[in-house]
Amino acid sequence: MPEIRDFHAFPDVHGRFGQFGGSYVAETLMAPLAELTEAYLRLRQDPAFIAELDRDLTHYVGRPSPVYFAERLTRHVGGARILLKREDLNHTGAHKINNTVGQALVARHMGKTRIIAETGAGQHGVASATVAARLGLKCVVYMGATDIERQKINVYRMKLLGAEVVPVTSGSKTLKDALNEAMRDWVTNVADTFYIIGTVAGPHPYPLMVRDFNAIVGREARAQMLEQYGRLPDVLTACVGGGSNAIGLFHAFLNDRDVRIVGAEAAGEGIATGHHAASLAAGRPGVLHGNRTYVLCDDNGQITETHSVSAGLDYPGVGPEHAFLKDAGRAEYVGVTDDEALEAFHLLARTEGILAALESSHAVAQAIKLAREYPSDGIVLCNLSGRGDKDVHTIAAREGVQV
Amino acid sequence: MNRIDRRFAALKAAGRTGLIPFVTAGDPWPEHVVALMHALVESGADVIELGVPFSDPMADGPVIQHASERALDKGVGIGDVLDWVAAFRQRDSDTPVVLMGYLNPIEIHGYARFAAEAVRAGVDGVLVVDCPLEESAVLAPLRESGLRQILLAAPTTAPERLSMLCDAAEGFLYYVSFAGITGAARLSTTDIAARVADVRAQAKAPVAVGFGVRDAASAKAIAGFADAVVIGSALVERLEGAASAEEIAGRVALFLRPVREALDAH
Ligand SMILES: Cc1ncc(COP(=O)(O)O)c(C=O)c1O
Repeated sequence: MPEIRDFHAFPDVHGRFGQFGGSYVAETLMAPLAELTEAYLRLRQDPAFIAELDRDLTHYVGRPSPVYFAERLTRHVGGARILLKREDLNHTGAHKINNTVGQALVARHMGKTRIIAETGAGQHGVASATVAARLGLKCVVYMGATDIERQKINVYRMKLLGAEVVPVTSGSKTLKDALNEAMRDWVTNVADTFYIIGTVAGPHPYPLMVRDFNAIVGREARAQMLEQYGRLPDVLTACVGGGSNAIGLFHAFLNDRDVRIVGAEAAGEGIATGHHAASLAAGRPGVLHGNRTYVLCDDNGQITETHSVSAGLDYPGVGPEHAFLKDAGRAEYVGVTDDEALEAFHLLARTEGILAALESSHAVAQAIKLAREYPSDGIVLCNLSGRGDKDVHTIAAREGVQV
Repeated sequence: MNRIDRRFAALKAAGRTGLIPFVTAGDPWPEHVVALMHALVESGADVIELGVPFSDPMADGPVIQHASERALDKGVGIGDVLDWVAAFRQRDSDTPVVLMGYLNPIEIHGYARFAAEAVRAGVDGVLVVDCPLEESAVLAPLRESGLRQILLAAPTTAPERLSMLCDAAEGFLYYVSFAGITGAARLSTTDIAARVADVRAQAKAPVAVGFGVRDAASAKAIAGFADAVVIGSALVERLEGAASAEEIAGRVALFLRPVREALDAH
């Protein structure tokens, strides 16, 4: 791959990040995607739209989120300082709202009256139901039957917000199948329906649009670092499911070549066991859900079932920009196991009084590993993508506790 | 001459409408796929569309999704599908076979390798649902080996794009009768007649209409304005649970013959 001068120059007009990305969809979706691309490329440069989005992010989401020095965790680990970008403090409890607030505004500008979304952990479903309620739009959320079982609280939250939650029973009954089903809905109801994809996957322009809406995380963090620490961090880390919170943090730093970037994928029971969701660390280039990226599949090209204790990371693909950053050597992607994530969850709870989402706990576990590699004046900046309230049942069940 | 082109030329000369049944390879039984293909021809198929099962069939409704899942559960892979086509060719060297599926299995198999093996097996065309013309550069090895890339056009396709597709069309152009997934019952022949006439006037290849064709009556209505009719989910649904090659052939005949007759009576 040729040397890349400006990582902010991607994707190109076809939605390609080098060989990754693109629009691998059925003919029926080409027109609605073109319409969306046209609308979004116009809005992203429209000062009125940008001002509207900023207002919502400030007054509704509660931005900016703080960069917090996890001092007791740092002392416990005994290495570089660990800083947490507190996306868990956003309205609805995760970074997902950054994207749904943005896409809902796009939907309204396009005159759409019905919102659909797919969800794994339920966080994106909740964030979609939330913005739909606020704008008075009908909302249907597709969710794998397996995920409905393990994320009951979020299912109920979506219902309280007025959304209809449709169980998906095809395939592996998880996030990837929910995405298939949402696409099928969209193809059938394109006239009035806006599909809010919850991560930087899917066909162009979604990887671009979802990244743009989450890039506020890194823009804020970069400014906060310079203001509060007078320098950039040594290393960034974030968990990678589809990759939206990770690219959100990473993007503003991509051209800061001295800042190391490490994505934490779900290694489940260990990559060697085959029970994991580490598409970048253990997958291969392929085509899934409308884009070329790294996927987990067998030698027949069939997408394989994934495993992670966290529903939000249980995805056999990954956003194409991460595939590109991996091949370009700009970012590293490593696996964090279920056990490591749970250990980090408990450690963060007891040292800092923060219950992190299981997804985010993978990033915390990785931050702990990285902190040990750097001297005590080093800085590891970790995206704490969401809070853990939704996961307490899963954790209790796993640890044999009745709640 | 490619078998697809030869077949459509013959249909045109005879003034007949083509019948293109779709079945999922490996469903209901992997061991009866070849028998099923011969049964389709005996019941009047002009072109066979053979679905290559995929784990994530985003453009398919429940009937074809489930057929795909059943085939995958029985371990069907792209290599099996090619073997079945080769076996079918031992007794049938005329009926065109089009493989229909998604990109990832071909990508993982390797484009050049797939092209060579498909031609050797006797495949004539491929319809890759999630590979629109804009992304088709990867399929160059297939086209260079003589396989026809069957393109789709849809009701949502904008006029400029439609001309581009009509220009690039080879083998036949598959017109999707409504915006949706396979297997939905939303066919409105009055709405699509004018549109298909427009597509046919522009297309450099014959136009087949699919999605929503469920029986002899709907096939006949389409026959009035299309070069061929594709019939998929309704047939796949009929085959579910058929236990033997004889039973499969019986069900195919029962379902497809009336469709053939309706098309010919048109
Ligand atoms: C808190 C949290 N973090 C991370 C993720 C993973 O998604 P992504 O990789 O797009 O950030 C999810 C998904 O549900 C989530 O809820």
